[in-house]
Amino acid sequence: MSANNAHPADHPWPYRIVAELGQSIIDVLRGLGKITLFAGRFFYWVGRPPYRIRLVFDQLFFIGNKSVFIIVLSGSFTGMVMAYQTYFGFKLINVDTLVGPVVAISLAKELAPVLTGLIVAGRAGSAMAAQIGTMKVTEQVDALEVMGINSLQYLAAPRILAGTLALPLLSIIFLFVGSVGAYIIGTKALMIDEAIFYSKLGEFMYLEDMLQGVIKAFFFGFVVSTIGTYFGFEVTEGAEGVGRGTNQAVVWGMIFVLVLDYFLTSFLIRIL
Amino acid sequence: MPEDIIIQFQNVTKKFGEHVILSNLNFEIYKNKITTILGFSGAGKSTLLKIILGLVHPTEGAVYVLGQDLSKLGDFPLREFRRNFGMVFQYAALFDSMTAYQNVEFPLKEFTNLRPSERDHKVRHLLTSVGIDDFGMKKLPSELSGGMRKRVGLARALALSPAIMLYDEPTTGLDPITSKMVNDLIVETAEAHKDRGLTSVIISHDIKATLKISDFIAFLDRGRIVEYLPAKDFVNSNHPLVQEFVHL
Repeated sequence: MSANNAHPADHPWPYRIVAELGQSIIDVLRGLGKITLFAGRFFYWVGRPPYRIRLVFDQLFFIGNKSVFIIVLSGSFTGMVMAYQTYFGFKLINVDTLVGPVVAISLAKELAPVLTGLIVAGRAGSAMAAQIGTMKVTEQVDALEVMGINSLQYLAAPRILAGTLALPLLSIIFLFVGSVGAYIIGTKALMIDEAIFYSKLGEFMYLEDMLQGVIKAFFFGFVVSTIGTYFGFEVTEGAEGVGRGTNQAVVWGMIFVLVLDYFLTSFLIRIL
Repeated sequence: MPEDIIIQFQNVTKKFGEHVILSNLNFEIYKNKITTILGFSGAGKSTLLKIILGLVHPTEGAVYVLGQDLSKLGDFPLREFRRNFGMVFQYAALFDSMTAYQNVEFPLKEFTNLRPSERDHKVRHLLTSVGIDDFGMKKLPSELSGGMRKRVGLARALALSPAIMLYDEPTTGLDPITSKMVNDLIVETAEAHKDRGLTSVIISHDIKATLKISDFIAFLDRGRIVEYLPAKDFVNSNHPLVQEFVHL
């Protein structure tokens, strides 16, 4: 048997490692391609009638309203912790009065959109994959198709639209409660003068900072809900498949948020 | 295509890669009749059903449904064309977030301009005709028994007055009494809609029920129709596989 025709398991271990790595890269690229095609199909179908506005509002309620509590909780504690950490670092160089703007800018540009994206990926992205995946394995998706209803238009489009709209709003809530948390800790626990806190905030914080976060959140919302619905439609093999799809939706949703954040930051920093 | 033929398979072959699922099928399904496609698991029955629905297209040959070659239809016309079908799924496939009433109302809301009162009347009539009372109408699918789910599935399939009813393994997973009830319902539905030419196609491996309720039986084995006879003649077929199946 020549080396070229040998079974992969018979090759020396460095070859096998390279082969497995290569295969993993091919798998990831194939997955990215499929998600891109899925997103393309969404754009194709979302603009076509019938327009199911009520379904979009239902999903907005699920993704938006039902995430508010966890966003408020996470946002307030993130703001408070950030205020503490920043204060003790800044006090060493006597710039502790800058705690307010530093925390607010960090929240506006990075923490609010990214953490909101991660939270929504975990809460709503997983739910989307589980809902659609369960419908797929119980033939409910087939039932829609047999009736002549496009399942992507009926199930995915409202979720993706709602996710894209809800995430910026949730991110603004995160920013607001995070800033309030930082204000309470800064002025009540760390005794930074309230007037200085406000004046520094006004001096260093710009609308562009908030805009950057909102734009990011908009993209994160689209990506998280697209991935959630995509993995729902990819589900096969019963309950185990639903579990796997849900898991992949969360993992890939979070990875996409973090990777996309880098690219969006490097782009937005140039234009805003 | 003669008027009494509603579905026609012409040299239909379906391959997935190199794997041949259906091989050179040539047969017709007649209007106003109950035709059952019988066969072992893996014989290609589900693929055949998907081809009839236009969810899968043949690799070779053509399928004519109501005189229309489905592979020639684009996505939008094909979706519209599918409204000619009503399908009862193996496990009913009811939308689990909707009540029985809402499940039946769903296609009417999507595809008709009926006023709410007319819609309500039609939904109640459909559900009552399959034996679901007011109490059952308010239940979610998870609160219904297997037989009741099938009945609601049947009512939903009939909502848009389809020309062709498709039943995918309608008695799988049901107890003998419920199975009989479902089989009776299939016959009653065919009779009740005979005046508008309702055709029923059943995918099954339940030989006893098939012999009782069908007008025609096609036996599918490894992608080929090896026997296709009126039900009354089917038991006398000389084909060894059919004999084996009949005497199971």
